[in-house]
Amino acid sequence: MSDSSLENARALIAALPYAHALGLVLTDFGEGWAEMEMPYSADLAGDPATGVMHGGTVSALLDTTCGAAVMSHPETGPTTATLDLRIDYMRPAVPGQTIRARAECVHVTRSIAFVRATTRDERDDPIAMATGAFTS
Amino acid sequence: MPVDFPRPEPVQIVKQRRDATLNALVGRVPYIRTLGIVFERRGDELTAILPFNEKLIGNPMLPALHGGATAGFLEVAAVIELTWSIIWDDVEAGRVTPEDLADPEAIRMPKTVDFTIDYLRSGLPRDSYARARVNRMGRRYASVHVEGWQDNRDRLFAQATGHFVMQAPRRKG
Repeated sequence: MSDSSLENARALIAALPYAHALGLVLTDFGEGWAEMEMPYSADLAGDPATGVMHGGTVSALLDTTCGAAVMSHPETGPTTATLDLRIDYMRPAVPGQTIRARAECVHVTRSIAFVRATTRDERDDPIAMATGAFTS
Repeated sequence: MPVDFPRPEPVQIVKQRRDATLNALVGRVPYIRTLGIVFERRGDELTAILPFNEKLIGNPMLPALHGGATAGFLEVAAVIELTWSIIWDDVEAGRVTPEDLADPEAIRMPKTVDFTIDYLRSGLPRDSYARARVNRMGRRYASVHVEGWQDNRDRLFAQATGHFVMQAPRRKG
């Protein structure tokens, strides 16, 4: 992606209050795919015993990255909405580490975009993955 | 000979114990505090409430709640309902106290395995409510369904189903 379109897309995401509240940053995107990051925040921990980020924050990261992948697809409209999203939590994220997500449109029709996404931290094995249907 | 039946506990004491336990359970999760989610209780029935806040917006044009905020809210409602169901008998019997919950290792929350959210309508900039139902609770796994609504109880804006792994209790002593 060219620097200016990445800047524009970043500004678009930064203007979403909830994405801003979680510190989500768009790191890269192309036709039908997107990558985002979420920094660690102790205020968003879900497990008081371990300090692991709450699953809801990972859901938000996956949902937003999927939405960005849909909007970056050449055959979709300028906005999208989530119809359904399934998240599989495979292991807890390591407290203190930034979580990275990558989403790809698997198939896009006139009305629906089918999207998959995975998240990782500094370790290689995935934290969570998502399968979603979005309006296109 | 008159027989002394055990007197039932005064209602204020029962309510106080249940509410203090619920507050201790909810209060120890930073994410719940950050989102501003609160719980109301009628007997053992819980209602999760997500008061509207500008920072929950995901689409400023409509405006609509962020799908991730809705997902997080429903997951909180599900996991608190499940934990509440697990500890209810112990709370009633006095085996689990609010003080026990201050130790995060004492009663660990179930871990989410998967969570599937069905977005039925866009979330309006209003307060949201959710109630969860434990459909199955075994020794190792549980399945929980949760419904979210705003103005009308019959018009859900989202619903979700999740599977959870039960955590072995690490009780003191």
